[in-house]
Amino acid sequence: MIVESLVFYMLAAVLLASAVMVISARNPVHSVLFLIFAFFVAAGLFVLLGAEFLAMTLVIVYVGAVAVLFMFVVMMLDVTAAELRRGVSRYLPLGAMIGLALLAELVMVMSRWGKPVALAKPDSPIPPVDQVTNAHAIGHVLYTQYVYLFQAAGVVLLIAMIGAIVLTLRGHSSTRRQNISDQVNRKTEDVVALRQVKTGEGI
Amino acid sequence: MHIGIEHYLTLAATLFILGVFGIFINRKNVITILMSIELMLLAVNINLVAFSVYLHDLVGQIFAMFILTVAAAEAAIGLAILVVYHRNRGTIAVEDINMMKG
Repeated sequence: MIVESLVFYMLAAVLLASAVMVISARNPVHSVLFLIFAFFVAAGLFVLLGAEFLAMTLVIVYVGAVAVLFMFVVMMLDVTAAELRRGVSRYLPLGAMIGLALLAELVMVMSRWGKPVALAKPDSPIPPVDQVTNAHAIGHVLYTQYVYLFQAAGVVLLIAMIGAIVLTLRGHSSTRRQNISDQVNRKTEDVVALRQVKTGEGI
Repeated sequence: MHIGIEHYLTLAATLFILGVFGIFINRKNVITILMSIELMLLAVNINLVAFSVYLHDLVGQIFAMFILTVAAAEAAIGLAILVVYHRNRGTIAVEDINMMKG
């Protein structure tokens, strides 16, 4: 129990510290690296909670895809760090005010709030860990009860992919493609000319 | 000391507020704003997984997976828009994004 507490506090402290670094780093590349680190630590917290499938998904999806995407865009856009930091002090009071208001609200909610009462019969109870693994249990629920939502999630990803491609694809004028209607509509008189060339002279 | 659900909820709340704060202090940089949104989504995911574990109900983890899907789609589309915008205008400062007079 004491080990679990220690691990939790360590991971929580590191997660919050790296979140602070994400929003305050001067260089966007450092921000992305701290974001990757934050997601790693969050995956550790999920393992501590016993949701190891979601932890591995978080690492694969965020570190493998989203963070690399961020890194790619940051490096491609090549924004200078100095110009990005202009005006921070102007927005600091407003941001601090709204952050403190939100924090006060959340503290008030939590101080009024007792222990969560488990439902008498959970919708999909977590099976005992020593009999069914977390991934197995999630698959059992996801592919039966939530199969339509699962398909809808696939459609969302497909639309995101199509949207990203359509937005960023540029038709290059230098590429040469076969245009069949142009080829069919070509007339002989437009492209071939018969000349009588006298001997010994050019055209 | 036992780690209860309130520990996780406090952590997630703090992380969420850091995300909100990041949106406000990084008004020049859309990329950092997108990263702040990712932090907020991560806080929501931590909430959902904590509730799922402490209430012994698997649905919270399923829901967190769908949030993960939507977050990935959002990041892809947002970054694509950013690339197109930077290509057209040569800047990504939020204050300069005023073509639609919003």
